Amino acid sequence: MLDLLAGFIQELRRAGLPVSLTENLDAMEAVKHVPMEDREAFKYALAATLVKSSNHWKTFETVFEVFFSLRGREYHLGELDDETAKALDMLDELTNADGQLSPRGMGGMEGMTPEEIAEMLFKAMQNADSALMRAIARQAVSRFAGMEPGRPVGGTYYLYRTLRNLDLEGVVERMMEDARTQRGGELTQLEERLERDEFESRAEQLRKEVEAEIRRRLVADRGVEAMAKTLRKPLPEDVDFMHASREEMVNLRKALMPLTRKLAVRLARKRRHGRKGPLDFRNTVRHSLSYGGVPAEPKFKYPRPAKPEIFVVADISGSVAAFARFTLQLVYAISGQFSKVRSFVFIDGVDEVTRFFEGQEDINQAVHRVNTEADVVWVDGHSDYGHAFEAFWDKWGKDIGPRTTVILLGDARNNYHASQSWVVKEMRHKARHVYWLNPEPRSYWDTGDSIVSEYGVHTDGVYECRNLRQLERFVEILA
Amino acid sequence: MSFRFDSVPAVRERLGEVDYLSDEGIAGIVYLADRLGKPILVEGPAGTGKTQLAKSVAEILGARLIRLQCYEGLDESKALYEWNYKKQLLRIQAERNSEDWKDLSDDIFSDEFLLTRPLLEAITATDPVVLLIDEVDRVEVETEALLLEILSDYQVSIPELGTITATQVPLVFLTSNNTRELSEALKRRCLFLHIDYPDMEREKQIVLTKVEGIDENLADQVARIVRSIRTLELKKAPSVSETIDWARTLVLLGIQTIDAEVATDTLNILLKYQTDISKAAKELATNAPDAPAKA
Repeated sequence: MLDLLAGFIQELRRAGLPVSLTENLDAMEAVKHVPMEDREAFKYALAATLVKSSNHWKTFETVFEVFFSLRGREYHLGELDDETAKALDMLDELTNADGQLSPRGMGGMEGMTPEEIAEMLFKAMQNADSALMRAIARQAVSRFAGMEPGRPVGGTYYLYRTLRNLDLEGVVERMMEDARTQRGGELTQLEERLERDEFESRAEQLRKEVEAEIRRRLVADRGVEAMAKTLRKPLPEDVDFMHASREEMVNLRKALMPLTRKLAVRLARKRRHGRKGPLDFRNTVRHSLSYGGVPAEPKFKYPRPAKPEIFVVADISGSVAAFARFTLQLVYAISGQFSKVRSFVFIDGVDEVTRFFEGQEDINQAVHRVNTEADVVWVDGHSDYGHAFEAFWDKWGKDIGPRTTVILLGDARNNYHASQSWVVKEMRHKARHVYWLNPEPRSYWDTGDSIVSEYGVHTDGVYECRNLRQLERFVEILA
Repeated sequence: MSFRFDSVPAVRERLGEVDYLSDEGIAGIVYLADRLGKPILVEGPAGTGKTQLAKSVAEILGARLIRLQCYEGLDESKALYEWNYKKQLLRIQAERNSEDWKDLSDDIFSDEFLLTRPLLEAITATDPVVLLIDEVDRVEVETEALLLEILSDYQVSIPELGTITATQVPLVFLTSNNTRELSEALKRRCLFLHIDYPDMEREKQIVLTKVEGIDENLADQVARIVRSIRTLELKKAPSVSETIDWARTLVLLGIQTIDAEVATDTLNILLKYQTDISKAAKELATNAPDAPAKA
């Protein structure tokens, strides 16, 4: 048990969770108080002591499943929990009407045609019978996934194969149809939506069951350590903007909201806790009246540092679009901390997009409009930093003043066009600061057509900004 | 040391008796906190019952709830203890001529002149208490250090008096809305509990227990609509307390079933931003984007 826990904690650390020694000891202490058989309680006991941030929960869950899935009650290979066993029996009865007994847990659906399975699935989903759903998931994996020991493919491949055969979308559609006929043909739009949500959450549940089943079998095949390694995923704040999958993007967007709130609070606090300024004579005299004219309570002038004016100039060509979007979102979400924010986007032409954000509370929508409406293509729609900067300087260069901070976003992959780096140099003369944020890893800079240091020498700093953590750190420098 | 709870299901059941519907995680961690003698750090979106959890636990234990509301600028004299200067001054003046200095100085730094603030009060209490440190993320990082001694050793050091150790280990809850990252030192000392929005079934049960005169059908609808709204990308998703408010409103309006019109008319109770309201209204009136055209 101790070994298992030690391995588990090792793996958590490898996955990026900061687990300290005391937390480790706490976990050991905690599990003494919960029965190991109660998988849920056991899980929560570990989580409470080891996971100290909700962002890390998902990683924890994955690792937990890999390490303890073989040991939990309901997933025990030999003995099933009652409900699942009953459901499996039911399946057996249905399939083996001729009285032959198939070995339980394997091949219960062997004799069934795909139509029968689909029918079964439909029934299980319609009644939200989780035991039956779990049984079907298990059967479906052994039947459809085609898993072979030692085969070097990832779990997603098996998942895809199984789900393709189950056709969950079709089942959801069928349930919708069914619901419609039950209510006499038509559903109001609200009902339609609610029913769909309900069915989709059931489908999601089944998907999770299938995934867990596949994972369980893979662990049995390959061993805990290897499995944990393949499943290791970066934490949301460490996900690379440029290589995020769709699912990771959704998670990133979710992580962005609380982050901006945190940043805004922190920046506002920083501003308020400035040093005390010189004596405010007027105010002191005014307050001395309540002490009979004795200036007992000196008042000071608090310095109010000017809020910076921000110009964001972002490359939104394909390779770095996601990064630009995140930065724009972040900057606008905390725009209260700046006196003014103006934003410009470019590919080979440049356009001001401030108007999309003004009076628009929904930043996502504004970003969407930037992507669809901004006029950023000059010739061919391939990045041309040189021309874009030149055009920017001609049109808006005069607006840059001593209070302006200019942030340039992009990978500086210029497709071998002229760099026109004098624009950046000029900007720096007029502006308070010029920063460059590059979403590429530092080791890629100045390779191929990247000319980031050609621009970089004229700025106050070039920052590698590949993930939320780095972006957050930069914004704090800014305000 | 005797324990307050026998088992996880017992915690759950007793919380249920005072109308707090917990889940496995919540009950499990409350149980563990009791067994390990550790504080619980509760985190999660606003309005999911973080503070209510502490209140409910206090209620089932028949314990006194001592609450420390945190805010920016909270300091020692408001959280821990303070000397009662006026009384000390009076004492000195009253005894001006008689006793010698030593007796006096010993005397004015005694319990009699100590004003206890919530933290010290929780430590010195002899009756059962539950200490709630609310919105701990509002204090500055430096002030957090005030809490560390009390959280790990249940003791308070007062320079003039020495160390006061708790006679009993109180149950301690800290809540945080996560407006800033709490320090490692604080997190390390606590059990961490993240309370998220409840799943549909639990939310329905919550609505049923908390709202008088609601029938099951309506509660079901409420829970389903709220779940649907939470999947949207909103500035502020509806919290449990807002769900309850909404359900109450519907009951007061005498509504039996919710259709799209009723839903959009009363959305302003559920959502607090105009953009969110219009977005949700639009979404509820139309099908999900991937829905095929109706035959």
